Amino acid sequence: MIRVVLPQLLRTLAATQREIELDVAAPVTIESVLDVVEACYPVLRGTIRDIETKKRRAFVRFFACEEDLSHGPIDQPLPELVVAGVEPLIVLGAIAGG
Amino acid sequence: MSRIRVLVGTAKGGFILTSDGLRKAWTVEGPHFAGWEIYHMIGSPVAPDRIFASQTSGWFGQVVQRSEDGGKTWEAVGNEFAYASTPGTHQWYDGTPHPWEFARVWHFEPSLSDPDTVFAGVEDAGLFKTTDGGSTWSEIAGLRENETGRRWQPGAGGMCLHTIVLDPTNDERMWVAISAAGVFKTDDAGATWSPANVGLQSNYIPDPDAFVGHCVHRIALHAERPNVLFMQKHWDVMRSDDGAETWHEISGNLPTDFGFVVDTHAHAPETLYVVPITSDAHHFPPNGRLAVYRSRVGGNEWEELGAGLPERDCYVNVLREAMAVDDLDPCGIYFGTTGGQVYVSSDEGDHWSAIVHDLPRVLSIEVQTLP
Repeated sequence: MIRVVLPQLLRTLAATQREIELDVAAPVTIESVLDVVEACYPVLRGTIRDIETKKRRAFVRFFACEEDLSHGPIDQPLPELVVAGVEPLIVLGAIAGG
Repeated sequence: MSRIRVLVGTAKGGFILTSDGLRKAWTVEGPHFAGWEIYHMIGSPVAPDRIFASQTSGWFGQVVQRSEDGGKTWEAVGNEFAYASTPGTHQWYDGTPHPWEFARVWHFEPSLSDPDTVFAGVEDAGLFKTTDGGSTWSEIAGLRENETGRRWQPGAGGMCLHTIVLDPTNDERMWVAISAAGVFKTDDAGATWSPANVGLQSNYIPDPDAFVGHCVHRIALHAERPNVLFMQKHWDVMRSDDGAETWHEISGNLPTDFGFVVDTHAHAPETLYVVPITSDAHHFPPNGRLAVYRSRVGGNEWEELGAGLPERDCYVNVLREAMAVDDLDPCGIYFGTTGGQVYVSSDEGDHWSAIVHDLPRVLSIEVQTLP
């Protein structure tokens, strides 16, 4: 199972806990994980990435294993620890605006 | 006895305030969608328990919520607002071309006859429509593709289409207002649009009587007089008696004619309300004294209505969407402030009291009069 941590506002929007677990077929990438997130929680379509272009929203970041994955290719396989379910993919809202 | 439901959009969630027709004792429910900006909540005039809410965030984008039970429960509906054609550019603050990008829904305007049809005014300025209760949204592209579109530019709050006025006697006619482009009018249900800013004078722009480029803050219409519109411009309170073909100033004896809101009395078409704000640089009431001003003669002659409002040390603003009226007799007037107060007058503005004191910054107010 792939673990995904959502920011507070998206947890309440999707009525989930802080962390969700998903079945994601290989290869496990940011893109494939978000496809499953949006399929399981349609209300999140457009909140993490643009509905049409799939581009990451400007104030959203992706982290895993203490690495910033926000700017890498979205079809790049995620770290082994994420694929193994040991570490989560963290979707983070940028700290801005006070 | 009638009931009143006040829909309050704030910077940190939506609130629903309810009372009976006396408008003295209030119940406060919320926050709905806590933490999100609720730019606007409004009910359908033909199905009042159907309410639409614009839930938005600079971080996480746009969500559209719909309630079928007067705001007790909500369902997220369609949130895809794709411009119908290659968006092109408008002017940025510095005059350079800037791509058209969807940011948020500022305003919903439900149809007067069909509960499934709603118009949405968005930033960057565009007009969208749903005919399936909000599941899907299509742009009415004739507005953005108006020949003046490339010259539109944002106001301080963004380039937003913030006001949609439907003609209750003519399904083909509507007006919209865009900051800072001005008023636009259609007589063919949105297929074609023309600027409707003749008579506006804005001395802070390069061409003070320009065809477009005026920072119109709000327009209002009384259902009994569909050719008469009132406007609170950046500076100046204006009136049109010919369906926005021409405008003339009615600021009269106001202490300042800067402001954001304007609304009409429910039963008296020549009675209107504004909240004067000191200036474009000082977004608070003159001398820290909060007051609504009422004209009973269609403008120019105004009376201060401050009974029950703060008389000193008040430095809040009243944003463009934050005033509304009910349909009772005597008519109730409501407004919300950036300080989180929602005020009500149950006697046409003569006396005021606060329903709530400490909500987040109030972005919008709508009022429903229920049986």
